[in-house]
Amino acid sequence: MNGFSTSRAGRLIVRLLPYAWLLVFFLLPFLIVFKISLSQVTLAIPPYMPTFDLVGGISGLMDSVRQLSFENYAFLFSDRLYVLSYLSSLQIAGISTLLVLMIGYPIAYGMARSPRAWRPTLLMLVILPFWTSFLIRVYAWIGILSREGLLNNFLMSTGIIDAPLTILSTNIAVYIGIVYSYLPFMVLPLYASLERMDESLLEAANDLGCPPPKTFWVITVPLSLPGIVAGCFLVFIPAVGEFVIPDLLGGSQTLMIGRTLWAEFFNNRDWPLSSAVAVILLLILVIPIMIFQNMQQRQQEKNS
Amino acid sequence: MRRGPSWFNIVSLLIGFSFLYLPIVLLVIYSFNAGRNVAVWAGWSTRWYSALLQNQQLLDAAWVTLRVAFISASVATVLGTLAALVLVRQGRFHGRTLFSGMVYAPLVMPEVITGLSLLLLFVAINFDRGFWTVTIAHITFSMCFAAVVVQSRLVTFDRSLEEAAMDLGCPPAKAFFLITLPIIMPAIIAAWMLAFTLSLDDLVIASFTTGPGATTLPMRIYSAVRLGVTPEINAVCTILVGVVAVGVLVASVITKRQEAERQRAERMAAANR
Repeated sequence: MNGFSTSRAGRLIVRLLPYAWLLVFFLLPFLIVFKISLSQVTLAIPPYMPTFDLVGGISGLMDSVRQLSFENYAFLFSDRLYVLSYLSSLQIAGISTLLVLMIGYPIAYGMARSPRAWRPTLLMLVILPFWTSFLIRVYAWIGILSREGLLNNFLMSTGIIDAPLTILSTNIAVYIGIVYSYLPFMVLPLYASLERMDESLLEAANDLGCPPPKTFWVITVPLSLPGIVAGCFLVFIPAVGEFVIPDLLGGSQTLMIGRTLWAEFFNNRDWPLSSAVAVILLLILVIPIMIFQNMQQRQQEKNS
Repeated sequence: MRRGPSWFNIVSLLIGFSFLYLPIVLLVIYSFNAGRNVAVWAGWSTRWYSALLQNQQLLDAAWVTLRVAFISASVATVLGTLAALVLVRQGRFHGRTLFSGMVYAPLVMPEVITGLSLLLLFVAINFDRGFWTVTIAHITFSMCFAAVVVQSRLVTFDRSLEEAAMDLGCPPAKAFFLITLPIIMPAIIAAWMLAFTLSLDDLVIASFTTGPGATTLPMRIYSAVRLGVTPEINAVCTILVGVVAVGVLVASVITKRQEAERQRAERMAAANR
């Protein structure tokens, strides 16, 4: 008995608007991507065939359906470039996720154990970079990592190295970029679960003679597991399809599927093939995405 | 157990935050570099900022970006708030799983997929690409972020105030606008700001869905960045970072004040009950 919800009509309108919007602009586009991934590329506008024309009636439609084929998928799996792109995306995203976790955990832990009065400020400091443009944050690293960049200048002027290091345009730069850009996504859920933790459990373990490192592994880590899992999904899933970071920081040998899709679409103008690339990427990610959604939903039900 | 932060905690916080902030600080400092070479310091200057004012392409792109961000954030906040209300208040209904799936999936969906799929939709329905297609695309993904922000406020919302109003004969819609809306307003403002900055930032989805005459600032920055680091781009980025930082700080002060006021009001309401 509240808000709009008392009147059935009100409830329905509240539900219908966002529902319809997401159906038309989120779900329907995926179906179109799938359909076009079964088409062939042509020199026309739009650059694929068959297009579904309703002019031809049912028989015309059936004709179009018969022209669909799985050729693009066969091509994807026969060409090493695509298979390698998928594999190396998964590898780069996986390693980056582990790195983000290893760097983010001490930060989140430090925040959760800091004096209560500091916490809002620290939280703000983690969120603030998240609000500043992704593109700008990646761009900032170009100036630091390039051959004549700030890092090389600094290291050479202090005499640590004699010749400039090549970091930009390598996979190392991509790792740095992903770790840097996605760090807040990891720290925030970790902090949320660490802050909620009951400190008396740690004291009890301590009183019973459990050494601090063991307390950490036996109590702190398992209790922060929801935060760890949420953070890992929030980093891993978007990182697999990342385009900006490998494109700006990576070299020509950096294969990531987001970049391959972009090149296929914008440079080769092969819309059907890039659609097929997107469909396979979605299939790879659909299980992690569903687990992530399930967790979100359960968390929400727990809170309410 | 020792109280207060240990050395390990303080050191990890210091290293962590310098890692987060150093690149941005360096970028800001070097935007005031007098020399053209971005890695060699040649004294302070604001010449790159005055150069920006002459760059009509960049100014046009900034204007397009601001308009897209304003419209898309406003629509996304309304739709996102509705979506949050549905998720928190409407319990089980037919198609709920699909609905919550569609709200949460865009949060992690790789941008290349969202961008490509929306473009193909616009082509399939023969919708002229340009300003409005970018705006619609931005509404679609930022409404989900807005929904999550508003939702996190709604789940902790004390419904007894609303119920009291309705017990006293206030119609539900009126109770929503007079009581619920003002109370969740800080979250709605935060959602709007998040949607605004997401739209301001977006390169990938805008690149797919744009058309003639609707080049956004990130697209301009991206094409300039591909040619190398220049002090002009540093200056543009500094302005963007500054605008967002000031906006976020002002908003956090306002929400803090409103939160304090709200708690006082809720206490008073409880005391008078």
